[in-house]
Amino acid sequence: MRGLLKLTLTQMKLYLREPVATFFTIFFAPLMLLLFGAIYGNEPSPLFGGRGSMDVSVPSYIGLIIVTVGLIGLPIGTASAREHGVLRRFRATPLHPLAYIVSDIINYLLMTVLGVLLLFLTGKLVFNVRFEGHLLSVLGGFLLGTLAFFALGYLVAGLAPTARTAQTVGMVLAYPMMFLSGATIPWEILPKGIKAFAQYIPLTYVVRLMRGLWFGDAWSQYGTEVAALVGCLLVGGIVAAWTFRWE
Amino acid sequence: MGIAVEVADLYKSYGSVRAVDGVSFTVEEGEIFGMVGPNGAGKTTTIECVEGLRRPDRGTVRVLGLDPQRDGYELRRRIGVQLQQTALHPRLKVWEALDLFGSFYPRRVDGNSLLEQLGLADKRNAPFDKLSGGQKQRLFIALALINDPELVFLDELTTGLDPQARRAMWDLVRDVRNQGKTVFLTTHYMEEAERLCDRVAIIDHGKIVALDTPENLIRSLGAEQRVVFSADKRLDMGMLRQAPGVTRVERVGERVVVYGKGEGLVSGVIGLLERAEVPFRDLRTEQPSLEDVFLALTGREMRE
Repeated sequence: MRGLLKLTLTQMKLYLREPVATFFTIFFAPLMLLLFGAIYGNEPSPLFGGRGSMDVSVPSYIGLIIVTVGLIGLPIGTASAREHGVLRRFRATPLHPLAYIVSDIINYLLMTVLGVLLLFLTGKLVFNVRFEGHLLSVLGGFLLGTLAFFALGYLVAGLAPTARTAQTVGMVLAYPMMFLSGATIPWEILPKGIKAFAQYIPLTYVVRLMRGLWFGDAWSQYGTEVAALVGCLLVGGIVAAWTFRWE
Repeated sequence: MGIAVEVADLYKSYGSVRAVDGVSFTVEEGEIFGMVGPNGAGKTTTIECVEGLRRPDRGTVRVLGLDPQRDGYELRRRIGVQLQQTALHPRLKVWEALDLFGSFYPRRVDGNSLLEQLGLADKRNAPFDKLSGGQKQRLFIALALINDPELVFLDELTTGLDPQARRAMWDLVRDVRNQGKTVFLTTHYMEEAERLCDRVAIIDHGKIVALDTPENLIRSLGAEQRVVFSADKRLDMGMLRQAPGVTRVERVGERVVVYGKGEGLVSGVIGLLERAEVPFRDLRTEQPSLEDVFLALTGREMRE
């Protein structure tokens, strides 16, 4: 237990010492918000059902943070720790393998939370964005989306033979998702043809669920999204557990 | 003295490659036991089976009375391990590494005094990727000692170190043993095995070809020692053959090599030279080494 706590704290410190990871996890989404807020403002618009562009962007950008950590940071971190023999060294201690995985997940989860908090604070302080949902409900949706993407991230790390491959595969999957899921470009302005295909992208389910819960919708309206994300979590988790290697 | 490690009929293959092909040995408590052999001989696979990091195909392994596969967690609390291919997070600082790894064990020693002892005290705040090769190795030894282990495994401890750092490392290993711990190490440096180990197992192609103290291994070889010197061309080579134990004499230009066995060889040769009033210089003796033992046992030079 002491080891688990110490390991988690150490992992967080190490994460925050990586400028690139820290920038993209914690500062990128708030900066995007400031940039697009400066361009579009937050005036109520019929396009967003009477809400402003920033009101809608905050819950959407949560998807951006989730995909960045889950499909880029996590697979690179996991595969390179494996490749350099960092994981091997832990295996030679009495630390339980499960304790390592748990601390890894907690670390990435807390980093994602940090990014979301800063995003919300920026939105609230600069654009006075609206939050019309229930905190616990939003937290639940956030956890589901995040863990589903972590499962996919571990799957990529497990299947990729090297850290380089993990990085490439992660980015190839992550970037189209960022732009086609409504996480960056609002879903409302995507062309019909793209929507027809983009509605099946995993991140689209996260963005739809987050936006819905953020504005107070009931979970029951999002059966498809929840089913898809639980599917990602289970399939990703099982394959990841199967393909996980210590060296 | 009790038995720290007991290995019997150990086999381990990777695909069609037999990495370890029926190895048996014991390591006694309080000794420095070395496994020496060329790269790919099966040293690392053997030591990692003993540490419990690899599962043997066949054979029994007992370490401190425990089965490394079944009682892995219990065992890993009581052993210290330095691995061959490993690293820490590049930005992890030296003190943080000791603090972190110490937290995995119920019993641990003071990290600062360990750093002091290993000459890393001034690197306390340095991140892992700013350490030199020797400093990284010393940090890995510190990590292997943080839990005050009874048995320490050192896999290719000095590979990649310069000769000076290597000698410093030998002193460290002797210190560890003098604290009453057992050391099980692997190396592909014959000189290291000869200077450092109480007993040596020579391993080649996954089999132990010899196991004894370095002195006994060399003596059992019955190899000749050599007396080498330079002398004037007028030296009578036939005269040298009268020295006790001489087997043959060679001469290349001014350089003379007298081969022979037995205690009296060196003084015999010098005595003859002085009596004949032959001026000689640069006289030295060359003893057979573990290198010669390896060559004799396998028919190959050790160096890759």
